[in-house]
Amino acid sequence: MPLNASHRSRLTALLLGLSALSSGPLPAAGLPDDLALSGDAAAGREVATDRAKGNCVACHVMAGAESPGTIGPVLVSMQTRFPSKRDLAAQIWDATAKNPEAVMPPFGKHEILTRQEFVDVVEYIWSL
Amino acid sequence: MTKHGFLLATLVLAGAALPIGPVTAATPEEEQAAFQAYFKQRFPNVPEDEFKNGTYAIDPVTRENWEAIEEFPPYENAISQGETLWNTPFADGQGYADCFPDGPAIMGRYPHWDRERGLVMTLPLALNACRTAHGETPLKYKKGPIADLLAYIAFESRGQITQVEIPEDDPRALAAYEQGKRFYFARRGQLNFACGHCHLATSGARLRTETLSPAYGHTTHWPVYRSDWGEMGTLHRRFAGCNEQVRAKAFEPQGEEYRNLEYFLTYMNNGLELNGPGARK
Repeated sequence: MPLNASHRSRLTALLLGLSALSSGPLPAAGLPDDLALSGDAAAGREVATDRAKGNCVACHVMAGAESPGTIGPVLVSMQTRFPSKRDLAAQIWDATAKNPEAVMPPFGKHEILTRQEFVDVVEYIWSL
Repeated sequence: MTKHGFLLATLVLAGAALPIGPVTAATPEEEQAAFQAYFKQRFPNVPEDEFKNGTYAIDPVTRENWEAIEEFPPYENAISQGETLWNTPFADGQGYADCFPDGPAIMGRYPHWDRERGLVMTLPLALNACRTAHGETPLKYKKGPIADLLAYIAFESRGQITQVEIPEDDPRALAAYEQGKRFYFARRGQLNFACGHCHLATSGARLRTETLSPAYGHTTHWPVYRSDWGEMGTLHRRFAGCNEQVRAKAFEPQGEEYRNLEYFLTYMNNGLELNGPGARK
């Protein structure tokens, strides 16, 4: 069955349920201004590939990581894609700040990573 | 990605950026048509009657392994144990057949809106209602004897068509559907995923080595022997496991949340053939 205009608008309505649910008051938990972004890239690489930690490779193709997922963009040329390391950090901290429907888990905001793990992984991803 | 697929993915991913109101008052029927059209568009080479096979409908590599498993199905034992349970009388001399005179092939009648009780009646709930009416203790809902009974009933019901109804003359039924829908699209857990993020918006993509199964087909084949469990489990056991995987607290199996979710999701799958019990990774 082809997807016609009517279907599209209905699906839009269906999906809008999602946004309606994410519009409640949220605790202010943005990237802390005083967080020093001077982590250890080698340690960050471990975090990025560990299933229980960053697990970046679950969704992203990444140099040197096996069996990557295909959900997110390829992690390459990061320094040409983000204006600063802090912008990249903000994206990893909480991708929904920029795009409310981003699928990526908010690694900083939800404390999925410790502060140390977070700055380490930022350092590693920034190096790709 | 096709133009439509891209548009829809964009809608999913950027939904909140769109103005929310006034939201079109879509009917469940219209939402179901949009849902099914989305998956047919997303997987244009998958014949409609293949969606009931889940990820094996879209991933030829795992399908080969699955077909080999199906030659000596790991759920066979559950079917025969379930048949024994079905035919074993309760202490009062009555049995399941007295509660379900048209049984055991009754899977296609569930879930349905129970007007008298004012709730979504699922088959496991009905089985336990039968037990307690005859003075028996209720069965636990995730695994064990209930999964065996369901396996037997599902096997006897193979070939029936999913046809959940939302009666228009009882607004509580629509409310239950809407609650199930909200659950489906609500983010939850530390990882902040909604069901729809993985099984609608990114279905078919790979999460590390696993292919994300399309939601269209999710309700046809329960209960399931899951290799990851090493045993049989119910649909609500899977709901609970999914919630825990996104690091959320699971809800009670057969509680209102999961029953309403089952109501919504099964309604979205209307038209698909029932092919339980199943085997999955």
